[in-house]
Amino acid sequence: MEKLVVKDLHKSYGSHEVLKGISLKAKAGDVISIIGSSGSGKSTFLRCINFLEKPNAGSISLSGVDISLQKNKQGELIPSDQKQLQTMRSKLAMVFQHFNLWGHMTVLENVIEAPIHVLGLSRDEAIARAEKYLRKVGLDAQAQAKYPAHMSGGQQQRVAIARALAMEPEVMLFDEPTSALDPELVGEVLKVMQTLAEEGRTMIVVTHEMGFARNVSNHVMFLHKGLVEEEGHPDEVFGNTKSERLKAFLSGSLK
Amino acid sequence: MFLDGFGPIILDGAWVTLELAVMSLLVSFVIGLGGAGAKLSSNPLLKGIATLYTTLIRGVPDLVLMLLIFYSLQIGMNHLTEWQGMEQINLNPFVSGVFTLGFIYGAYFTETFRGAFLSVPKGQIEAGIAYGMSGWQTFSRIQFPQVMRFALPGISNNWQVMLKATALVSIIGLSDVVKASIDAGKSSYKVFFFTVVAGAIYLILTSVSSLVLMWLERRYSTGVREAEL
Repeated sequence: MEKLVVKDLHKSYGSHEVLKGISLKAKAGDVISIIGSSGSGKSTFLRCINFLEKPNAGSISLSGVDISLQKNKQGELIPSDQKQLQTMRSKLAMVFQHFNLWGHMTVLENVIEAPIHVLGLSRDEAIARAEKYLRKVGLDAQAQAKYPAHMSGGQQQRVAIARALAMEPEVMLFDEPTSALDPELVGEVLKVMQTLAEEGRTMIVVTHEMGFARNVSNHVMFLHKGLVEEEGHPDEVFGNTKSERLKAFLSGSLK
Repeated sequence: MFLDGFGPIILDGAWVTLELAVMSLLVSFVIGLGGAGAKLSSNPLLKGIATLYTTLIRGVPDLVLMLLIFYSLQIGMNHLTEWQGMEQINLNPFVSGVFTLGFIYGAYFTETFRGAFLSVPKGQIEAGIAYGMSGWQTFSRIQFPQVMRFALPGISNNWQVMLKATALVSIIGLSDVVKASIDAGKSSYKVFFFTVVAGAIYLILTSVSSLVLMWLERRYSTGVREAEL
């Protein structure tokens, strides 16, 4: 069954249309990489999936449930049921480019916050979960008491991934998770993401890491000016590129 | 004898000053949070009212405002009682003092909180929303604790200024520490001595409270202090 189905998503800022009808289907265990140059709309598309941005048209369903939508005065679609929206968001854990860890909380507090206050877990259950996922991303017990500001970017992003995992989400959304990292820290984050992919987690990843898109994901979408220019299995997309624009993009990014 | 026998009335006065300052702090704190919310809201009417409020209050001396607000409160009350055919009700000077000071300093707190709200990184609020938190949860669990960290230096400053501004209530007839010392000075012919006593009491109050505020600032800056060293 499809975990996530996005149909014909449109988004405009004023008269500027940034998404001109993008669809996506993710089955359980799919790892979909979304690539494209900056301004292609890939981050906006990802942020529309959990309504951090309001799309103007289209539909989204998660695990077979359609999100009920209504138009607001600006002609944007907003969820008509706030509770349904919050539940849906809690099943779509997001990892951000700039980590967005909560600065006034320790690593452990960051990871248990939403499981306790959104999912309603007891503190003990949440801590058990947090410890499990922090270990998975390679952070030891000592790191739990640290504050985000005292950690490297790579460590912070791994905490952010543990925070997402602790929600035990249906689908994980990654918004350029390695773009803000120093080059030597990219590897540790990609390695964690590769492990998650191998475990069969459903992931949508906006990325500039062509190695990850090619070797880890099972589907690649290349966006250009708000449209899908080319998509398919990475062997096909990278090995037998059809679109001239994608060829130019890849030759530029593989330098 | 303790302060020539005037000790008790001066201590009473000091207590009035402290009570007045703390109550006014609470009022101005709430007005400040609301005012900052209004100033940052997308509603042009709320924004306009809040801007008018802060511009007006911060641009007119406290003493002038104190007289204006205090007497207009009483006059307004008189009109109301006259119109209703009731007897005149005299406003309790303590309550009027609290509201007047709270209303004036609410404008300064509005600006303090507005700056603090803007200092919390947007991404952290977005993370709260993206993890399914409600608007209230995002505010109370993510925004507010960090707003306090950014606002505390400003709050400390406002508090100290406000504590001293309570001296102005002696002109509306409240027996605060200033009024008590003036009375004591006049009766004992030691005006200078009792004025120094009043000054010393303010100094003690501000010093002790600045210690408390320093402790609070440390408490609310968990997660950053070490990194700044």
